Amino acid sequence: MVAAIENGTVIDHIPSEKLFAVVNLLHLDRMNTAVTIGYNLKSEVLGRKSIIKMADKFFTDEELNQLAVICPNITLCIIRDYDIVEKRTVTLPDELRGIVRCANPKCITNNEPMSTHFHVHDAARSTLKCRYCNTIIQLDDVQLVENS
Amino acid sequence: MEQCNKPTDTARPRSLVTIADHSRKKIEYLIEMAQEFERRPNRRLLEGKVVATLFFEPSTRTRLSFETAANRLGARVIGFADPKVTSGTKGETLKDTIMMVSNYADIIVMRHYLEGAARYASEIAPVPIVNAGDGANQHPSQTMLDLYSIYKTQGRLDNLDIFLVGDLKYGRTVHSMLTAMYHFNPTFHFIAPEELAMPEMYKAFCREHGIRYVEHTHFDADVISGADILYMTRVQRERFTDLMEYERVKDRYLLKLDMLSKARPNMKILHPLPRVNEIEYSIDENPHAYYFEQARNGLYARQALICDALGITLDTIKNDKTVIES
Repeated sequence: MVAAIENGTVIDHIPSEKLFAVVNLLHLDRMNTAVTIGYNLKSEVLGRKSIIKMADKFFTDEELNQLAVICPNITLCIIRDYDIVEKRTVTLPDELRGIVRCANPKCITNNEPMSTHFHVHDAARSTLKCRYCNTIIQLDDVQLVENS
Repeated sequence: MEQCNKPTDTARPRSLVTIADHSRKKIEYLIEMAQEFERRPNRRLLEGKVVATLFFEPSTRTRLSFETAANRLGARVIGFADPKVTSGTKGETLKDTIMMVSNYADIIVMRHYLEGAARYASEIAPVPIVNAGDGANQHPSQTMLDLYSIYKTQGRLDNLDIFLVGDLKYGRTVHSMLTAMYHFNPTFHFIAPEELAMPEMYKAFCREHGIRYVEHTHFDADVISGADILYMTRVQRERFTDLMEYERVKDRYLLKLDMLSKARPNMKILHPLPRVNEIEYSIDENPHAYYFEQARNGLYARQALICDALGITLDTIKNDKTVIES
């Protein structure tokens, strides 16, 4: 259904409702190489899943780990010469800069042209804490910074 | 949180954003510094320095306290007390204001209505920032003067029974008190209506750090009898979604003279002020009342905080040759 790529990155098992957040986070709209997006594909695990194939595109660990904010269980395949040379999962970084929007409207980050900055507050409970106003937010409820 | 500051850290100029950044050792160090200033508050220690007080939100009491602290140490003070006169009203960013004032002043004391403003300013400013309150977030100089007041009245900070009364949900002073006192093995008693009870995240903080706490909705002489410190706050009408509930509880957390009948001899009543009616006026003359002295302690605590932020050490203050003897 989705054509194979020679070199690049494939992100699989994206919950369909998270697809466009992933597209936004990875700035796929700014890419010059071929990007194939499969939306609402059948999945035994998820029921419906989405998949993104990006030709000639490789991300740093830091970039990919940001994905853990919205889909902690996705799988990434690094493709070289049509073969999967590496499969990996993502890990939530200890710090998130410029990714997540603070839920507190009175936070300085929502009122000044500056980057947001969160720390993982409690990994077991999936909570983040704003470095500036100390607001604690649930990972499930995060809103991403526009054009992050 | 930091476990311990190295001694050399105390000499490094740095910003004060939250009391949570300070170790036990650092809090004790600042208390000792405040004691030195209380003994001899008038000095020329900051002669030649300019202290900027930027109040993006009015707070006359806090501003006067900081400006008096700077003036009594010989500094010159610039700044604004009314945000309407600033370029912020023309759309200038906080960053631009801070960078501009950093050209003129050696230290910036700032109050802001946005939460996290002081942390951000401390990241961008080339001079130290002292947080004089950022929205509902932090007010470390109030916490420092509270700790100094507790130390002065009890002779120690360790192993005290501290009773917090009134609005424990929104009151940032009581939240900061929890954060600062966790070094000193306190037992807290939270006395509040259900609508204004201590939020779960602060109770979780207590549990995680082994701080004992007891919750009460009742407030009477028997409850007060166990207190070393009775920290009163105001129950504000605007905090209630249900005004019937406000009417029901508003008088339950007023401190009356006869409620002090079983108080421990060492018990002191603190209040961040302004008071409305939560402490009966007849208590003002009672030996347990301490709130006016508490406000005066703010001067010495703020002298200590300004000097520490400027990298002036306790040794320098102890051996200060610029003291003006009155």
